[in-house]
Amino acid sequence: MAADITRPDVPAAGVRRGRSRPGERIIETLLVVAAVVSVATTIGIMASLFIPTVEFFGQVSIVEFFTKTMWTPLFADKHYGVLPLLVATLWVTAIAIVIAVPLGIGAAIYLSEYARPGTRKVLKPVLEILAGIPTVVYGFFALTFLNPVLIDWWPTANKPEFQNLLVAGIAMGIMIVPTVASLSEDAMSAVPRSLREGAYALASTKMQVSTRVVVPAALSGIVAAIVLGFSRALGETLIVTIAAGLKTADVPTSPIQGAATMTSYIAGAGQGDLPVDSLEYLTIFAVGATLFVFTFGLNALSIRLVRKFREVYE
Amino acid sequence: MTPSDPKDAAMTHPAPPLITTSVRLSADDGVAHEPVLTLKDISVFYGGYEAVRGVDMDMAGNQITALIGPSGCGKSTVLRSLNRMNDLIPGARVAGTISYHGQNLYAREVDPIELRRRIGMVFQKPNPFPKSIYDNIAYGPRVTGMKVTSMNDLVEQALRDAALWDEVKDKLKQSALALSGGQQQRLCIARTIAVRPEVILMDEPCSALDPIATGKIEDLMINLAADYTIVIVTHNMQQAARVSHRTAFFTAEVDEAGVRHGRLVEYEDTNKLFTNPNHKRTEDYITGRFG
Repeated sequence: MAADITRPDVPAAGVRRGRSRPGERIIETLLVVAAVVSVATTIGIMASLFIPTVEFFGQVSIVEFFTKTMWTPLFADKHYGVLPLLVATLWVTAIAIVIAVPLGIGAAIYLSEYARPGTRKVLKPVLEILAGIPTVVYGFFALTFLNPVLIDWWPTANKPEFQNLLVAGIAMGIMIVPTVASLSEDAMSAVPRSLREGAYALASTKMQVSTRVVVPAALSGIVAAIVLGFSRALGETLIVTIAAGLKTADVPTSPIQGAATMTSYIAGAGQGDLPVDSLEYLTIFAVGATLFVFTFGLNALSIRLVRKFREVYE
Repeated sequence: MTPSDPKDAAMTHPAPPLITTSVRLSADDGVAHEPVLTLKDISVFYGGYEAVRGVDMDMAGNQITALIGPSGCGKSTVLRSLNRMNDLIPGARVAGTISYHGQNLYAREVDPIELRRRIGMVFQKPNPFPKSIYDNIAYGPRVTGMKVTSMNDLVEQALRDAALWDEVKDKLKQSALALSGGQQQRLCIARTIAVRPEVILMDEPCSALDPIATGKIEDLMINLAADYTIVIVTHNMQQAARVSHRTAFFTAEVDEAGVRHGRLVEYEDTNKLFTNPNHKRTEDYITGRFG
């Protein structure tokens, strides 16, 4: 017996195309605009960076720029060798990474594999709050607390300078730890429980499960976390300006000297007292473009490395 | 009565077999099998909840013991307590004694890591590591620091024992995840036997596999029983009938306080349990009347 179902009287035309839904159109347009704006902004930034850079290299040879060891565009005796800034940047970034990677990954392994759920619930948000401390605070922390302690404890008579690359690197490393730890922990927590169980069932210790199964499976996320930390370190300005100073002339031979990095030079030189379109002014863009190429290259390299070494567990 | 009288024969027609699958193995195979694992009054708790209550049974060496029963009857819980995998779950606790060759598994001096080298486990969903086939097999020997004269030989032997060698010998360096589900599960078995355990626990090892892959794993289990003691949890009664020497039937019971606990109803020779069970509930379950 057929049930008595009453259906609304729908003519065949009701299922045909023709009902317009203006809401869909508006939403789609807005989404396209959002996508286009971000892409266009990036292109705009690159254009405004590279046009003055090309102009700069019309007046200073690119070979001189990358080989000369003096950077004195704001002095009477002008030299345009970017190496002092580049070396200072590398010192600070390397020190920061040396501190942030072991601490960050160690913290992530602890949080993901060792910590009890209650401990983790407290520690992870605290760590993430740490990531929100303004960098200017880290800068003053380095200058007024870390550096006096460092100078006090320094074992040799050749003490670190009042502002130096080492203390800036340490402060920057501390700044990136939460970023590296939090993102790495996310990647490790996402590794399926079944893989851990398989490893435990093969008589693994907790450390073996962490280092031989979880970390390799989470490698792409961990490397992404390190690269993000790296990029933040390369682009970070305030800590180095405050803690490492703005000396530019010579290549720093040791991290206990003070020296300007690429970013702190830009911040110092770009404060408005340089005539627009002067060669001095163009140096800002040349250094900015160098930094950009550097960061971009490192990102590309790390993406290739991740593709090569990661273990895909899907 | 005489067979010559067809009417009589019809009237005394024997009860139809409870299941149609033939039982291949019998616990009583003329060989003395020492118990390897003995459970005495085992209850397993998750926090305050008693998931399984009062289980007594033992698992004989070089035989296959099947644990069957409806969902939530605690059979997997019991299995996971045998190699202390439950230790990994916060709040899990075992009361009673489980002895392994007379040694209490939950005694203070027992190292769960060393225990799991002797009692391996294969899981419901194949869980190969996202590494090469070779590294999956070599993982256990490496982490346990096994003295190995040739890792290549060990990998080959484990794959042969798991009836997988011929299918993968040309792609040992390829990712294990490129294998089919059935191959992955046999890889997990190969990985387990690579550390030469005595006991292999299998938690519904075929539930994610198609019938052909299941058949291969069942044949493999029967072959492995010559060298290993196997305990298998399965939802599939035909599977228990096909591969096990002895079968334990679990079910969930509600106590006076209205709380459900897993209980062991009947533990028998597989042949006996599937043809002439002692308990009405066992019969109801294996004939499909409940569960």
